[in-house]
Amino acid sequence: MAHPTTTAATPHTPAAAPDAAIVATGLLSAHGRRPVLRNLDLRLGAGETLALLGANGTGKSTLLGLLAGLRSPHGGALRVLGCDLPDERWALRGRVGFVAHQPLLYRDLTIAENLAYHARLHELPPSRVDEVIELAQLGDRRDQPVGDLSRGLVQRSAVARALLSDPALLLLDEPLANLDPVASDLVAALIAPRPGRTRVLASHDPVGSLAEADHVLVLGPNATVKYVGPAAGITPADAEAMYR
Amino acid sequence: MTVRALRPLTILTVILLAVGFGMAFFYAPLDVDQGFRQKIFYLHVPLGIVGLCGFVLGGIHGLINLRTGSPESDLRSYVTIHIAQIFSVMVLITGSIWGRTAWGHWWSWNEPFLVSFLIVFLMYCTYQPLRLSIDDPRRQARAASVFAVVAGVFVPINFAVVRLAAQQLHPRTLNSAAEGDMPGSVLLTFLLCFLAIAVLYATMVRYELLSKSTTFRLRALERRVGGDDLIPRRSSVPQA
Amino acid sequence: MRGLRITWAVLRKDLLLERRSFELLPAMALLAIGTMVVLKFSFDQDEISGSLAAGGLIVPLLFAALLGISRLFAGEERDAGIHQFLLSPAPPGAILAAKVAGLALVLAALEVVLVPAFGLLLLGPSLFPVLPQVVLVLILLDLTLATVGGLVAGMALGTRSRELIVPIMVVPLTIPALIAAQKALAPVLAPGADPLVWRWPAVLAIYAVVLALVGSVVGEYLVED
Repeated sequence: MAHPTTTAATPHTPAAAPDAAIVATGLLSAHGRRPVLRNLDLRLGAGETLALLGANGTGKSTLLGLLAGLRSPHGGALRVLGCDLPDERWALRGRVGFVAHQPLLYRDLTIAENLAYHARLHELPPSRVDEVIELAQLGDRRDQPVGDLSRGLVQRSAVARALLSDPALLLLDEPLANLDPVASDLVAALIAPRPGRTRVLASHDPVGSLAEADHVLVLGPNATVKYVGPAAGITPADAEAMYR
Repeated sequence: MTVRALRPLTILTVILLAVGFGMAFFYAPLDVDQGFRQKIFYLHVPLGIVGLCGFVLGGIHGLINLRTGSPESDLRSYVTIHIAQIFSVMVLITGSIWGRTAWGHWWSWNEPFLVSFLIVFLMYCTYQPLRLSIDDPRRQARAASVFAVVAGVFVPINFAVVRLAAQQLHPRTLNSAAEGDMPGSVLLTFLLCFLAIAVLYATMVRYELLSKSTTFRLRALERRVGGDDLIPRRSSVPQA
Repeated sequence: MRGLRITWAVLRKDLLLERRSFELLPAMALLAIGTMVVLKFSFDQDEISGSLAAGGLIVPLLFAALLGISRLFAGEERDAGIHQFLLSPAPPGAILAAKVAGLALVLAALEVVLVPAFGLLLLGPSLFPVLPQVVLVLILLDLTLATVGGLVAGMALGTRSRELIVPIMVVPLTIPALIAAQKALAPVLAPGADPLVWRWPAVLAIYAVVLALVGSVVGEYLVED
């Protein structure tokens, strides 16, 4: 597997580096019999941001699912927030905020009902729901069913859901897609880097995501890795070129 | 494990089967009521008991798989259930033949042993379809193990309930030889046949385990030689 | 304690969803009553009692339960509810426990319609004097059906052909319960309204408890991907 070896990709002995939020070694994942990720080595420190780039179907969402503990790797080792996946998946649960393609909300329930349900699952006080609704400026829509909302409002609700438990790791799958500029600014502020918050940001916007990133992973077709390493080692133009 | 290692067990099985059924035909006395057709009792009943124990054993291996996640225990669960399925088909066939010779009907709802076996057989008929319909090997192993545990617990309960229901309506007629005053020679023959069938079960399980694990090792080697094909193909058989 | 709180949270959400969409209960009731009409004509008798009557109540209930079981995780599937749940620290078994409780409640609600319909459409002798016995047996049967349903629906999570797998697995697993319910109801629904033979409700209860115990041990493994 040819990919640039970098300082970021030092595999093995996660115990030696307790501050690493994500350590992947030789990671393998497949859809059916088709490998989507292969021999992926990745390392991300706590509090850092990883920009995850790649054309459609190159495995960005698959990687996010693996990091969230929702999928099991088919090979290799993966350690997230100190938990070996999939064996210690139970210890990871509740510590990851995931803004996925799907909003992960019940469309027949209102925003407030959805968030109240998640608050109960996380055993958070009901006041936390009001805080998050306030934060995402959803106050006047809180009693509307999610299924009746516009794409932008759904996305804001999904971000509010992901932030509910103030997770240590935030996984963001194109969080700003389909948003108008105002909504986009609002969501961007909600998910902005913060001390102690590790982020993985999948997007199709090299310029915007590279500006925020400490590390970059560019996935190519057929389970290849085009680039993995520090953000300083790649320009938006290079990243753009890797799409072709 | 190799085929050579299985040779002593295989020879033992053949000897036990020959002695057991030799005794059934030439040593055990003819049944007073049923005559020669009662001989099938020495095949039918051991097959049934061993088959049921096989299903329960599959459940135990399933529980081990859930607890440890080891693929070998899933394979053991699969194989013990698979051979028990074959035995239960034999039970239904031999029971049917016995029923035909005893009362002229191929099937009787008054015989709880047969009826229970039909229900258990129907239950386990869904085991392979369940496995086949789950692509992810890990998930497949887990769902199949849960099935094996639930079904393993279901088997004895089902027997108890069917028997309770049948008792209320009909006196049991068929297995008179199995209850109460069984002559010593019949008991000895029965026990030997039972042992023979139990060892036959163990041997068949061993052979299938060996065959399956050899196939997987071969496939894994093929994939390594072939290079690209990292993921095993969809199968209802555990990927141990 | 925590498990119970989470189970209640999931159950509340499920009941809210069912109240809002209100699609499962009417469909189950329609199927069950339709089955009663079919049975009425296939029995071809003016009025039925005893064993036939017991079957006439149990078979429609089984069909309705099958419908409910195959739809048990439909809401979760539509909105990736399992993933929502697995992103939280809630114990995995809780979602299954909530599904079992929800299905038992839906079956009980269904019987509020089904039992009067049964008394009107099929049963010869009067239903009123034996109503407590019938209700008792049905509650126990509901619990068994719900437990079987929860386990099977859990096993069928992530299968490609759920609608095939669920019914063929549920039917054999429920046979002991159906036998017990049939034996319990047959004398009660007979013209003379014989007393309940307590052995059969006991068998139902034992089966439900054993299944629930097995489910509590192995159920959590079903909700992991």
